[in-house]
Amino acid sequence: MATTTIKKVLLLGSGALKIGEAGEFDYSGSQALKALKEEGIETVLINPNIATVQTSEGVADQIYFLPVTPYFVERVIEKERPQAIMLAFGGQTALNCGVALYQSGVLEKYGIQVLGTPVQAIMDTEDRELFVEKLNEIDVKTIKSEACESIEDAARAAKELGYPVILRAAYALGGLGSGFCDNEEELYKLAEKAFSFSPQVLVEKSLKGWKEIEYEVVRDRYDNCIAVCNMENFDPLGIHTGESIVIAPTQTLTDSETHKLRELALRIVRHVGIVGECNVQFAFSPDNEDYRVIEVNARLSRSSALASKATGYPLAFVAAKLGLGYGLFDLKNSVTKTTTAFFEPAIDYVVCKIPRWDLGKFRGVDREIGSSMKSVGEVMSIGRNFEEVIQKGLRMIGQGMHGFVGNKELTIDNIEDALKAPTDKRIFVIEKAFFAGYTVDQIYDLTKIDRWFLNKLLHIYNINKELRTANINTVSTDLLRTAKVYGFTDFQIARALRLESEMDMEKAQMVIRERRKQAGILPYVKQIDTLAGEYPAQANYLYLTYSAVAHDIRFDHDGRSVVVLGSGAYRIGSSVEFDWCGVQALNTIRKEGYRSIMINYNPETVSTDYDMCDRLYFDELTFERVMDIIELEAPKGVIVSTGGQIPNNLAMRLDAENVKLLGTQARYIDNAEDRDKFSAMLDRIGVDQPEWAALTSMEDINAFIQKVGFPVLVRPSYVLSGAAMNVCSNQEELERFLTLAANVSKKHPVVVSRFLQNAKEIEMDAVARDGEIIAYAISEHVEYAGVHSGDATIQFPPQKLYVETARRIKKISKQIAKELHISGPFNIQYLARENDIKVIECNLRASRSFPFVSKVLKVNFIEMATRIMLGLPVEKPSKNVFDLDYVGVKASQFSFNRLQKADPVLGVDMASTGEVGCLGDDARKALMKSMLSVGHRIPKHTVLLSTGEGKHKAEMTDAAQMLVANGYTIYATPGTYNYLTEEHIPCKRVYWPEEQGEPQVLDLLHRKEIELVVNVPRVQSRSSVTNGYKIRRAAIDLNIPLITNARLASAFITAFCTVKDADLEIKSWQEF
Amino acid sequence: MRKVKLQLDNGTQFEGYSFGYEASVKGEVVFNSAMMGYNELLTDPSNAGQILVLTYPLIGNYGVPELSTEANGLSSFMESESIKVKALVVSDYSEEFSNWNAKESLADWLKREQVTGITGIDTRELTKTLRDQGSMRGTILFGTEDEELDIRADIPNPVAEVSCKDVIEYKAQDYVERSMDGSSPTPSRPLGKRVVLVDCGVRQSIIRSLLRRGVDVVRVPWDYDFNTLSFNGLVISNGPANPTLCEVTVKHLQQYFQTSEKPCMGIGLGMQLMALAEGADTYKLKYGHHSHNQPVREVGTNHCIVTAQTHSYAVAADTLPANWEKWFINMNDGSLEGIRHNGKAWWATQFQPDDTASTTAIGTNLYDDFINNLK
Repeated sequence: MATTTIKKVLLLGSGALKIGEAGEFDYSGSQALKALKEEGIETVLINPNIATVQTSEGVADQIYFLPVTPYFVERVIEKERPQAIMLAFGGQTALNCGVALYQSGVLEKYGIQVLGTPVQAIMDTEDRELFVEKLNEIDVKTIKSEACESIEDAARAAKELGYPVILRAAYALGGLGSGFCDNEEELYKLAEKAFSFSPQVLVEKSLKGWKEIEYEVVRDRYDNCIAVCNMENFDPLGIHTGESIVIAPTQTLTDSETHKLRELALRIVRHVGIVGECNVQFAFSPDNEDYRVIEVNARLSRSSALASKATGYPLAFVAAKLGLGYGLFDLKNSVTKTTTAFFEPAIDYVVCKIPRWDLGKFRGVDREIGSSMKSVGEVMSIGRNFEEVIQKGLRMIGQGMHGFVGNKELTIDNIEDALKAPTDKRIFVIEKAFFAGYTVDQIYDLTKIDRWFLNKLLHIYNINKELRTANINTVSTDLLRTAKVYGFTDFQIARALRLESEMDMEKAQMVIRERRKQAGILPYVKQIDTLAGEYPAQANYLYLTYSAVAHDIRFDHDGRSVVVLGSGAYRIGSSVEFDWCGVQALNTIRKEGYRSIMINYNPETVSTDYDMCDRLYFDELTFERVMDIIELEAPKGVIVSTGGQIPNNLAMRLDAENVKLLGTQARYIDNAEDRDKFSAMLDRIGVDQPEWAALTSMEDINAFIQKVGFPVLVRPSYVLSGAAMNVCSNQEELERFLTLAANVSKKHPVVVSRFLQNAKEIEMDAVARDGEIIAYAISEHVEYAGVHSGDATIQFPPQKLYVETARRIKKISKQIAKELHISGPFNIQYLARENDIKVIECNLRASRSFPFVSKVLKVNFIEMATRIMLGLPVEKPSKNVFDLDYVGVKASQFSFNRLQKADPVLGVDMASTGEVGCLGDDARKALMKSMLSVGHRIPKHTVLLSTGEGKHKAEMTDAAQMLVANGYTIYATPGTYNYLTEEHIPCKRVYWPEEQGEPQVLDLLHRKEIELVVNVPRVQSRSSVTNGYKIRRAAIDLNIPLITNARLASAFITAFCTVKDADLEIKSWQEF
Repeated sequence: MRKVKLQLDNGTQFEGYSFGYEASVKGEVVFNSAMMGYNELLTDPSNAGQILVLTYPLIGNYGVPELSTEANGLSSFMESESIKVKALVVSDYSEEFSNWNAKESLADWLKREQVTGITGIDTRELTKTLRDQGSMRGTILFGTEDEELDIRADIPNPVAEVSCKDVIEYKAQDYVERSMDGSSPTPSRPLGKRVVLVDCGVRQSIIRSLLRRGVDVVRVPWDYDFNTLSFNGLVISNGPANPTLCEVTVKHLQQYFQTSEKPCMGIGLGMQLMALAEGADTYKLKYGHHSHNQPVREVGTNHCIVTAQTHSYAVAADTLPANWEKWFINMNDGSLEGIRHNGKAWWATQFQPDDTASTTAIGTNLYDDFINNLK
């Protein structure tokens, strides 16, 4: 049993979601906190990510929305005096912070015990040289590499090892600053970047083409050790595991091979001295049983979250218990509840993880995937064969694909090149290659993807081919069943049978559905029980498959269950905030005595933790699959308003099949989503909106623009996060973009609207019942309109809003709520110039800012909305924003450092990967905390100003003066220099990259003589390599903080010039 | 592929497709939840005569290695020279295979050895049925029931069937550990010790584990009176079926325990036979252990190991004589997984003490322990 007498534990979170460190740490942290709570231990959590589940009421006892940095953590320790700390649950951020605190003696000073894996063991795995030494001690082979501390040294090492080599920055998350170099020139380029992230860079021989295998291992303090899960990468070594399709368990390894790797993994974990959870990555030869250990992660990781979901074994929960001193034998298997936690799950299904990229959202980004992670999310599919899971997974990714086959034609210039140089589209290139007659062997030679996987893909291709030889009248029941077993949707079958030419695809899909139902081809529900059916289990963790003849569970059909549709893959524009909403809905449903049913497939989330609901369907959110589940469950109703746009988009079709939607009815959702209908409604009730027109022909648009003038905002209906939305400033941009947008959606018209400049953007998040607003929150963007609301810095309560503006917004919102009969959550975005207010968008669902406003206001909007949707009474909250004597500021986290070559500018298309929300006694303090939380640092001496157009220059004048008054040296690019000089603000001129003269701005950046870059782009243009781009990109690549918006820069400069570190309150959420 | 039917004795039917040899068969239907190792399971004599159901759905992925034998007569990669099960039942047979060491497909192998193989079965549903019913017999039928002419019958005593027929000697000096990773092969260092292995259906990895450690192995048939031989230690192997069918072996063991002081080690069925010889009872488990992930704990310690097992019978703990003690316990159902004698170097485990994974609380491997005790 645990011998610990610990009463109070500090847990570090991972901060904002970023590429390489995302939702998985909300899941691990939440599990750890649950494990601690069960022991009656008081918990203190530091995590500025306000949208997470772990920072919700009741999950931790004290929650600090503060940066996870040594300074703030020490302040919290000083105040809270915890006896122990847990470092393994907040990703690399928490681990690095913990190591720093250990090394600086802070942990010792306050007598704090590190629970779980000792810090020395962590350091042994993080420092490459120590790591190699450690593994040499037990005869375990590592990749031959050399730790270098200078670029020259790296070049020498590479020469000795022989190209190709891989470069890795030590202590960096998710392969940041790493990559392959085929020659010296490439090495110099990459090494400079890598050294900007880390003082140590590792040069190693590349093993491109080897298999990549991972093990998730758990060890307790009694040296009991288990390998919970192994996984095989579909993509060969060379593609970061976060970028690779991953299959669990391994598929192409023999018994002897898996035993060998398992034994090695256990040996390593024992020798390193892990207590808790650990990930071991192997490179494995495709030609014999030779191997190399790639790396060991002495903490919960993206892979461990995946392994937990893949097996049903709650790794983080168990790891937390082991950290408290339990033995594995003390703990129970949380699925069976009767058998022990000391076991290795037996899987009787196959699991596939596919990364979700959003590279299309970035200007100029390099689309090739490789040793550095670029994906922003992932999905996991479960099935009984590989073909099924890969097809399910490709649909789950949510980029318009229907599976491996049956997709819109992909244009590939050269298949061979596309196979050789993998991009985010690589798997679809394989389908094209089959079509072009490539054999499995040829594709293997080009991709090094194991032939087994390729043969399975070929199987899918062949089934599709067979379907295409039939038609709806001739297709056999056997073939239909085969197609369903191997993961074809009704849509794919309809397309293969060419029903498209006869009818609308939505209808065609229903024709197939009816046809196969009549033939008795139906999916069955299977459990994930960790023991492959060997022992009886009451598992509520479920998936559907056609490779079955019976259900594992029974359906009660008592009308006491409520289905909540989840939010799918994390992507830019939809991430942890919707997971929070989903979890709050589930909690409320349970609390009110209903059974909660979740459908979702994102392994990074808390909503896909089977503890969170009564039944978890880890399956697709396609219309087809959702209908399958609804038909089986016959629930009281379905909630579509807490999972973002995916469920929202299903509303109409579900309604058409007479599915009971809880909350706002489908036709009103449509009235808000369909711009035409929505605008007509606004006109009818006399609410103003920017002038707009629905596009059907080029002549119409030109006429419209003649009237309103450029710039215009162009977007199709049904958009989220600015997909296919753009501001066009001239005729050429407009024409190019329209071809693009029209491709995106044929069904809904494209809308062109006048783009208002220098307008404030204001958000209304609210909950209504039968058209009456019950609770609301008005918040204000720091930036002017034009920066996507997902990228904007938002303050709540609003700080600079006229009372009259607020009153009008409230009034208009009331009107809209009434008109749309809203019952549940909704969000309206407004533009305001003076007191002139226009509606830009209305969503009859929870928005991204719901967790933020709920937590700042301390009123749970989703709980309230869910009660309303369940038909339960709610009371209007007694307090309103004017009662708050503090401010919340939400700031965005960007991951441009991961996205090579991408231009780090903000526009109407969303680019941020995460966000934080911090509280302060005033807006400046809250902003400071938020900015520090997303990786900004306060400059000590120097700032570069390059402030674009005249109006931005003017906006920045006060801030520039303040910098000077506070002793900063301002460097300025020519135009800004002239402006500042005229304003009598002393500054030093720097030269553009394309100018002659000294000092050159890029040199200063490379020499780290500039600590903050403010670069406001001139016009929003698509033109690629400008001077501005070079400065912005250099700042990102050299890890120098960058701000590209004048209003935000002013606010931040004002904040750090007037507030000192010591003034930043160390107050928990509860204390505000 | 030809459609086939699997019919359980309780009347439940499953429909699938044939991918192996086309012959109707009858036998005990058992499942195994191991995710890897179909080649090893098929050739494991402990599974002799059974219709083996694999709960892991994707089978055949890495093909079948060359069915070669080494100079000493042992199979290079398998647990015995041939497939021991009567039929294989899977959910999704993988027609294409991929592994550097594969020489042929699983289907080709099954056909050559005339073993039935069926795919497309909901093996999870089948497993749940088998689990709830205990074990059950079943028939795989090609064509209609009326046509079932040549259903290959049950084996009365599978141990007799799978045991070797003659004494075979393996010399440690001849043993060379095959290298799988491109490094040079490792020859065994002979210790000059001789171990008698009673073959009740031995998995050849046991023989390899002994030879690797430098002892000579004398493999004798299950009913051979090893008491007549001179040797340094005794190993009773694993094997199929009900231990009470091996009365002869039990009798020989009784004599051994009365007359010998030398070390004795039992594995699987071997443990049950040793227990019977010392007067304990065996019984049939409600849920047999057929997996690679059985958790066991060493009694009186905090030491646990994950083990691979295949057995439906167990030793009744409360019938152990006074001079024997419970050594390992199954952490899921509490059944006895290991026993040892107080005083003498006699012990046995239900699980496979194969190499690195299985250790005692003090961290030593069970084979090493056994060999260190040889005098």
